[in-house]
Amino acid sequence: MKRPGFNFWGLLPAQLIMLLTMIIPIGIIVVVSFSTRGAYGGFDYIFSLESYQRLLFSVGWTDELEFNPQYLLIIGRTILLAATTTAICLLISFPAAYFIAQRQGQLKVILLYLVTLPFWVSMIVRVYAWLIILGKNGVIDGTLSKLGIVDNLGSLLFNNGAMLVGLVYSYVPLMILPVYASIEKLDPALIEASHDLYGGRWKTLFRVIAPLCKPGMVAGAVLVFIPSLGAVIEPMLLGGGKKMMMGNLILNQFGMDRNWPFGAAVAVVMMGLVMAVMILNALRAARKQAETA
Amino acid sequence: MGGAKTDVKRYPGLGLFVVLFFFYLYLPIAVVVFFSFNASKLASIWGGFSMRWYESALQNDALLDAVKTSLTVATVASLVATTVALMAALVLVRGKGVKFRKTSETIVNLPLFLPEVVLAVAVLLLFSNIGLQQGVTKLIIAHTTFCIPFAFLPIRARLQGMTLDLEEAAQDLYAGPWTTFRKVTLPTIAPGVFAGAMLAFVISMDDFITSVMLNAGGATTLPVYIFSLIRSGVSPELNAISTLIILVSLVLASIALALQRRS
Repeated sequence: MKRPGFNFWGLLPAQLIMLLTMIIPIGIIVVVSFSTRGAYGGFDYIFSLESYQRLLFSVGWTDELEFNPQYLLIIGRTILLAATTTAICLLISFPAAYFIAQRQGQLKVILLYLVTLPFWVSMIVRVYAWLIILGKNGVIDGTLSKLGIVDNLGSLLFNNGAMLVGLVYSYVPLMILPVYASIEKLDPALIEASHDLYGGRWKTLFRVIAPLCKPGMVAGAVLVFIPSLGAVIEPMLLGGGKKMMMGNLILNQFGMDRNWPFGAAVAVVMMGLVMAVMILNALRAARKQAETA
Repeated sequence: MGGAKTDVKRYPGLGLFVVLFFFYLYLPIAVVVFFSFNASKLASIWGGFSMRWYESALQNDALLDAVKTSLTVATVASLVATTVALMAALVLVRGKGVKFRKTSETIVNLPLFLPEVVLAVAVLLLFSNIGLQQGVTKLIIAHTTFCIPFAFLPIRARLQGMTLDLEEAAQDLYAGPWTTFRKVTLPTIAPGVFAGAMLAFVISMDDFITSVMLNAGGATTLPVYIFSLIRSGVSPELNAISTLIILVSLVLASIALALQRRS
């Protein structure tokens, strides 16, 4: 059917691009994270653990190491925000997806289309919109003071809540689609069976529907958690640079702060976190397979 | 009984919740569009209807330069990515006796498994190691890499949904492999290929993290330019620019989604 060798030549460009622009460079990240900071930015290939040490300690007046949680705090905040984002996305996606899956015909198609549509709009524009809504004299502040409910609410920006609003807004479509797909596949007979066995709606929801939709929820959770972990725009604009996440910590090290090895070390930590999530997910899938086998 | 059965699938307040959900999805977009027609200089205080910000946006040379850079990068990157992804998908879905099929597929989709900021660091270190200076070239290479999986997935889906019958019929009629591909396979999977190319194009146009990290000398992309505008204070011109971007993305999205629906 195919010319001999197409199996090889057809795959080659994609594999080569990934090898040269991703796999090898990721190796370089690891190497750089163990190297020394250059005198004028950049790095020198001299082995050092300084960058990893810096994650936990700062060097005091007399060269002694002092435990300094400033970076751990950023890592912790990042994990917490990413996890909370994932949880909120799941909580709002599930009912919305369930509702859409219950609709019929054309309406279902339109609703699904409307859910996906905002995701196509430029990320930076979507996050920027929240600046207008949450900012001082913004939509919320302006409306509330005009109605005389709250006077001078001021800015709602530059805190964890604002970042969370932006993160959920950015990534919720990535959750709703896989969750919808799993609800759509649900056999209605099972819900009816639960009902016939006197399972009420909430019991049916938690004992029948939710367990059956778990694969979709897990897929959505991974899809949301990974980009939230690496979020850059949301903390930069809505967190105002004070409430940093790992993504802008990395970006700063390669920009203003010019400490490439430290930036690389934070990137390695981030890859480690992603890998941990993937491994947990794979283990879960394997256990599931063992159970059904 | 029928009433009771539908009742158990129904949850009180769900309809209201969904209305609020859609409100949340579209409020930010509506706000930007609304204030883009604001005559007032203050970005979020209404001062009457005006088109002046559109006029000044369309005369803004820095903006037009950024659009040009973004279009160049996105066009080249999405074309290369789609071609490469199409070849890979043909092998991975259709190839017989492909070794390491699963691993190969993971490698093609690798950019999806990592946060973009990590990929951005990776290409930055790569380019600094090989001493590549050319801004647009750097952007094209980096964008091609992360666009490949976005082009690959719709093409793969389309290929998986296609039966082998047509191709086998073509071969029975003595069509060579190239002719079969050109006359039978490609026309059948065309919607998937277009959807993939469109997705890759939008992803590239939208990219901020990689572009800002590479900080490509002179080559400012549209999202990076918008970011610099936001940093220098929210201006109503920004709302006009954003509205134009929203308009273009919604048109592209509608085309791509319609294509996918047909496939």
